[in-house]
Amino acid sequence: MISFNQVCKRYPGGFDVLKQVTFELAKGEMAFLTGHSGAGKSTLLKLIAAIERPNSGSVLVNNQNVSALKGAALPYLRRNLGIIFQDHKLLFDRNVFDNVLLPLQICEFDHKESGKRVRAALDKVGLLGREKANPVALSGGEQQRLCIARAIVNRPTILLADEPTGNLDAEYAAEIMSIFKSFHQVGVTLLISTHDAGVLRNSPERMIELKLGEIQADFKPGTIEKEKE
Amino acid sequence: MSALTRHLSVAGIVFKRIFTPPLAGLINILVIGIALSLPTGMYVLLQNAQGLVAQLSSTPQISLFLSMSTTPENVRKIRTQLNQHPGIKKVVFISRTEALAPLGQSTGLEDVIAGLESNPLPDAFVITANAGNAKSLETLRDELRQIHGVELSQLDSAWAYKLEAIVNFARIAVLVLASLLSFGLITITFNTIRLQTLTQRDEIQVAKLIGATDAFIRRPFLYFGALQGLLGGITATLIIILGLQLLKHPLATLSQLYASNFSLQPLSLSDSLSLLLFSLYLGWLGAWLSVARHLSQIKPR
Repeated sequence: MISFNQVCKRYPGGFDVLKQVTFELAKGEMAFLTGHSGAGKSTLLKLIAAIERPNSGSVLVNNQNVSALKGAALPYLRRNLGIIFQDHKLLFDRNVFDNVLLPLQICEFDHKESGKRVRAALDKVGLLGREKANPVALSGGEQQRLCIARAIVNRPTILLADEPTGNLDAEYAAEIMSIFKSFHQVGVTLLISTHDAGVLRNSPERMIELKLGEIQADFKPGTIEKEKE
Repeated sequence: MSALTRHLSVAGIVFKRIFTPPLAGLINILVIGIALSLPTGMYVLLQNAQGLVAQLSSTPQISLFLSMSTTPENVRKIRTQLNQHPGIKKVVFISRTEALAPLGQSTGLEDVIAGLESNPLPDAFVITANAGNAKSLETLRDELRQIHGVELSQLDSAWAYKLEAIVNFARIAVLVLASLLSFGLITITFNTIRLQTLTQRDEIQVAKLIGATDAFIRRPFLYFGALQGLLGGITATLIIILGLQLLKHPLATLSQLYASNFSLQPLSLSDSLSLLLFSLYLGWLGAWLSVARHLSQIKPR
């Protein structure tokens, strides 16, 4: 579903953020992307959505070479992805409902059907009662859940989350993780970047660890043996 | 959602956006309206002047006054000569006696005329030339002057042709003014849309990130420009209608003084429609240029 092959990314200024990154994520798989801040987690996620382009190597999503996509094709790639941004990127000039509606408007989805979809997505993240609220009035955890609702409303097959539990306390974080796991159960492919040890500690999922732009370790579920640094 | 309802809903949203804040939107529209009404108003006045000129110069008449000593036989000769001339359509002879009677009636000077010892008027031909421009009529006038026995040959519509030349000159001036102000309109829209892309930077960015096509992002801005232009065009039309209404009475009085039944023609329906379409197009163009320029500056691409 997602496959990185010898991917290098260097930002202007000469600093290598990703070096020779190669891995593959199967359809329906759920994986955590871990590592310290600055390890290249966000950049890796951005490469999948073609928000950034690699300097060398190839990024395949659904067997499509994302790094070679033309500008006009990018919107259609991004519609297949649900992205949960580190900084949420919610719009504060409209209420909760309209924030979740935006992806459907962009896809020019049927108007009546849209309302149902939005409510279903809000229900899933437990925000159904807050449709009319402005995102400003939501707590950090609620904003995060709103961001998830927006990412899933057009039912993407791939979900990318960048530090979804970053500023949340353990209880909220667990809640959000359980939401992700429920998506995993219905066959969505998930890649979640996190440095939250609490989330990872009792998780049986695959874990890809980045260190200074290189894959340090790739623990697959069922592998008990841990590779040492 | 069908394409039509989709576009209508965008138009509705944009309409509200133009008037938030209300004053700024109104001022923009007023500026556009005034800028458009200047050349259009002048165009309407010119159109009227041209109608007047056409009315006056449509009959290319030349009056030939014969010398007092011309004999009837000579008159006959001249008449045959004129009849055979290829450039002349119609020849009417007005004898001195024929001319005197209506002169007395129209001026109310019957008594004075009756008291005259002899008829002071010469025999005359009134010639209608084949249609032609001012130049060819002047040539004809000079040619007829050469005929033996002709004292004076006069082109009746000469001044109308001069007026026409002035009108043509003014037309070009209006065209230049219109081009400059159209450019101004495009600039106004360009700048308004630039500010819009700045204030809606977040929305544009998020929309791009979750898969909006450029066409989707561009659409409300193009609608904004087009709608603002259209409202400006409507304002301009209203300004012109009001202006002509104000001019109507003084002009009626003026034309009465000249014993003419000239009346001011308003902006025609097709001209107003052209104005509205043109203003809509200019607004759209300004928005398009601005969006094309500023959208690519917002990441991600």
